[in-house]
Amino acid sequence: MSVNLTSAIKEICKFCGNDRTRMMDIVRAVQQQFGQVSDEAMNYIAKCVNCHRVEVESVVSFYVFLSKKQKGGVVIRLCNDVVDKMSGSEVVAEAFEKELGIKFGQTTPDGKITLEYAPCIGMCDQSPAALFNDEIITYLSTDKVKEVVADIKKHYDPSKLKHRLGDGHNADELVHSCVHNNIRNKGRVIFAEFKPEAGLKNALAMSSVEVINEVKNARLRGRGGAGFPTGMKWQFTRGAAGEKKYIICNADEGEPGTFKDRVLLTERADMLFEGMTIGGYAIGADEGILYLRGEYAYLRKFLEKVLADRRSRNLLGKDILGKKGFNFDVRIQMGAGAYICGEETSLISSCEGLRGDPKTRPPFPAQKGYLGKPTSVNNVETLCCVPRVLEMGAAWFVEVGSAGSPSTKLLSVSGDCKQPGVYEIPFGVKVSELLKMVGAEDAQALLIGGPSGQIVGSADFQRTICYDDLATGGAVVVFGPERDMVAVAADYMEFFVEESCGYCTPCRAGNVLLKKYLDKILTGCGEPEDLDILQKLGESVKITSRCGLGQTSPNPVLTTLKNFRKSYETKVKKTTNGMQPTFDIRKAVKGAETIAKRDSVIFVK
Amino acid sequence: MSDQITFTIDGVEVKGKPGQTILEAADAAGIYIPRLCFMKDLIPHGSCRVCTVFINGRPQAACTQPITEGAIVENDTAELKEHRKNIIDMLFVEGNHFCMFCEKSGNCELQAMAYRLGISAPKYPYLFPKRDVDATHPDILIDRNRCILCGRCVEASRDVDKKTIFEFVGRGADKKVAVNANADLKDTDFKATDKAADVCPVGCIIKKRVGFAIPVGQRKYDTKPIGSDIEAGKK
Ligand SMILES: Cc1cc2nc3c(=O)[nH]c(=O)nc-3n(C[C@H](O)[C@H](O)[C@H](O)COP(=O)(O)O)c2cc1C
Ligand code: SF4
Ligand code: SF4
Ligand code: SF4
Ligand code: FES
Repeated sequence: MSVNLTSAIKEICKFCGNDRTRMMDIVRAVQQQFGQVSDEAMNYIAKCVNCHRVEVESVVSFYVFLSKKQKGGVVIRLCNDVVDKMSGSEVVAEAFEKELGIKFGQTTPDGKITLEYAPCIGMCDQSPAALFNDEIITYLSTDKVKEVVADIKKHYDPSKLKHRLGDGHNADELVHSCVHNNIRNKGRVIFAEFKPEAGLKNALAMSSVEVINEVKNARLRGRGGAGFPTGMKWQFTRGAAGEKKYIICNADEGEPGTFKDRVLLTERADMLFEGMTIGGYAIGADEGILYLRGEYAYLRKFLEKVLADRRSRNLLGKDILGKKGFNFDVRIQMGAGAYICGEETSLISSCEGLRGDPKTRPPFPAQKGYLGKPTSVNNVETLCCVPRVLEMGAAWFVEVGSAGSPSTKLLSVSGDCKQPGVYEIPFGVKVSELLKMVGAEDAQALLIGGPSGQIVGSADFQRTICYDDLATGGAVVVFGPERDMVAVAADYMEFFVEESCGYCTPCRAGNVLLKKYLDKILTGCGEPEDLDILQKLGESVKITSRCGLGQTSPNPVLTTLKNFRKSYETKVKKTTNGMQPTFDIRKAVKGAETIAKRDSVIFVK
Repeated sequence: MSDQITFTIDGVEVKGKPGQTILEAADAAGIYIPRLCFMKDLIPHGSCRVCTVFINGRPQAACTQPITEGAIVENDTAELKEHRKNIIDMLFVEGNHFCMFCEKSGNCELQAMAYRLGISAPKYPYLFPKRDVDATHPDILIDRNRCILCGRCVEASRDVDKKTIFEFVGRGADKKVAVNANADLKDTDFKATDKAADVCPVGCIIKKRVGFAIPVGQRKYDTKPIGSDIEAGKK
């Protein structure tokens, strides 16, 4: 074993207290330093933290940013989300292959650059975009690829890439990114002027039960997708047995088409940490964790700085703002490329240094969460609402919005529209109004709530966006009249196939089959019966899957089958001879022909 | 808290103890809920989803869901049978199962479940995955072509044998059972006497040289359908 590797690993593990629950930090550090987590490395890590080697491998093999195989010092990950494809990522992909002389999945012969695809990296509003290690390059074109590849080959250091700076804190020296916020509409809650720390001060003047009651009266519901009442979640967590409790902010934002949390982390970091601190006070937690998706690593240094500033101002730490006995601090846990880690129990698994498998419920996180302690997991936007509720009062908070869904919601709008970006709108807005606002009045279809939500057509454009009608965690993707909705559904199924954790049968195998049937239909081999199979298979996956991923993953298929039935029907046909059109003899004998170096003669009656 | 909980399964009243799962209480009452990954004495894994039932109208895995007073459980319905068949069909095409050559045939829970549910031929297209075989161990063979990723071996080795020989690696369709060694089972301290050697519901982890000790036709499920033992306990 190389001395260099062992001493580096020893150091990394020691830094993490030789604590196996810090496995994510350990393997991320090893990956970063050596471009891989090799067999040797896994054996040594297992020794240092006193676990089994196969347990280390089970973690490394789960996350796409980690690998047993050697990768280049620079890893380029081009986003191949549906929206990026609509804005031309396929020609950008060709340009990368040409400029680098390698295919996707390969590393340059000098071992310096690896080229890969990534699912949605949260930049749909400025697509096509790619990650260069932690750096993000947006608005890619073939010309820009040429420039940026020539640039990186000069120094192989993504932090030295030349690019313009984005707006707001994107231009902060610690972020130094070309990412744009694209805030298109400012509402009264999140993007309005507000008095920093006024909410926290008010909260600390109240009892924690009163704080929870205020949040309950504001009828604040989770903004991450499920819409669970936040006050109730906090009450359960507070009431659960045990001294030690945790609050976790879910900044995994992996739902394709969602990027509003990215903007909040950039422009409202203080507000978010204020919200976490109030949450900590309410549930009785002295520790908070911000789980930040690996794709947003470019924001990490900046967020660390915001936390450090808050510590120096006694907004974090001991006896916060003079409140005797109220101690609270926040650490950042980095993810490593896994959509499923946005699911709250997977997120907890990941924080514990495990594969991102969801946990069996019950027990729920409020009873037994992180390290077995009561834990509240809340979305970034939810936590940003909290200081406003405490600053302005619950009555003010519910003034706008609809009856069942008070206040405002951030929408991440992208796709075929003139003004992609983040919109803060009151709940209850009509789809047609939104389309007008974003410059997409000719839309054929709309994906609301990301692929796990629904794809609706013009018949639903008079409906409203709120928890009781068209619910959304924030993603709104617009599809213009020329898009093939069956192909869109197939692309989203590809995403779920890639992102299923593989724990349970229906999601692991069922999504693969759904995708296979869609491909069959798209290649012109589909039969009318296939639509029925798709429907039934999709329903089985929804009903029997173990967690929210599988329970919603068939939605792109099921909602397009319902709302764009014609698209499917024109693609499937009954054959005249009653034979299945799926068998392609030429393709079937191809392998044999290659081995035999002979063409086959096929006789046709 | 009362020490007895009463609820119904398909209209039949069932009594259980607090902390029991639906599946445990059903077993005790002689009502069979189809299952694959569940095994007595192991922590329920909830991975196969064959035991899905409706509890007060909501789908839940019976093997992990605790019983509650007054719950209305649906189990033996046409709808659930369809879902269960679909899951079994998925498992067949997801791996490579050639029952006629498999020494587990007749003792295999997957095959037996297919027969019990009335599946005679696969419905979905085969996925023909490439999976590894590990025959390096003197007494045990791993043929991953037949693995259904139920998790029994992982749990038995970790929780009962206290060895952690097995663990899952990879995710999604690439998920597989790995062994605690750089490469092969022979490099671990796995023993044929381990609990984990006796838990595989299918022909994936099998003991060498005993495969055909009992001829096909006289095996466990050749005579009685899977679940008969539980139904025999019906009160
Ligand atoms: C597959 C999957 C992915 C999810 N991803 C996210 C996410 O990226 N961010 C988020 O806040 N919630 C996500 N959720 C929802 C979380 O499980 C959880 O409900 C949420 O974080 C709770 O916060 P809230 O109540 O403030 O919305 C996801 C759920 C599922 C099933
Ligand atoms: S539904 Fe099952 S396989 Fe899919 S992500 Fe959830 S636990 Fe994993
Ligand atoms: S493991 Fe079971 S289902 Fe698979 S081939 Fe063997 S007998 Fe058939
Ligand atoms: S090897 Fe057998 S026991 Fe282990 S997961 Fe696979 S099917 Fe289950
Ligand atoms: S037996 Fe319950 S999920 Fe497998």
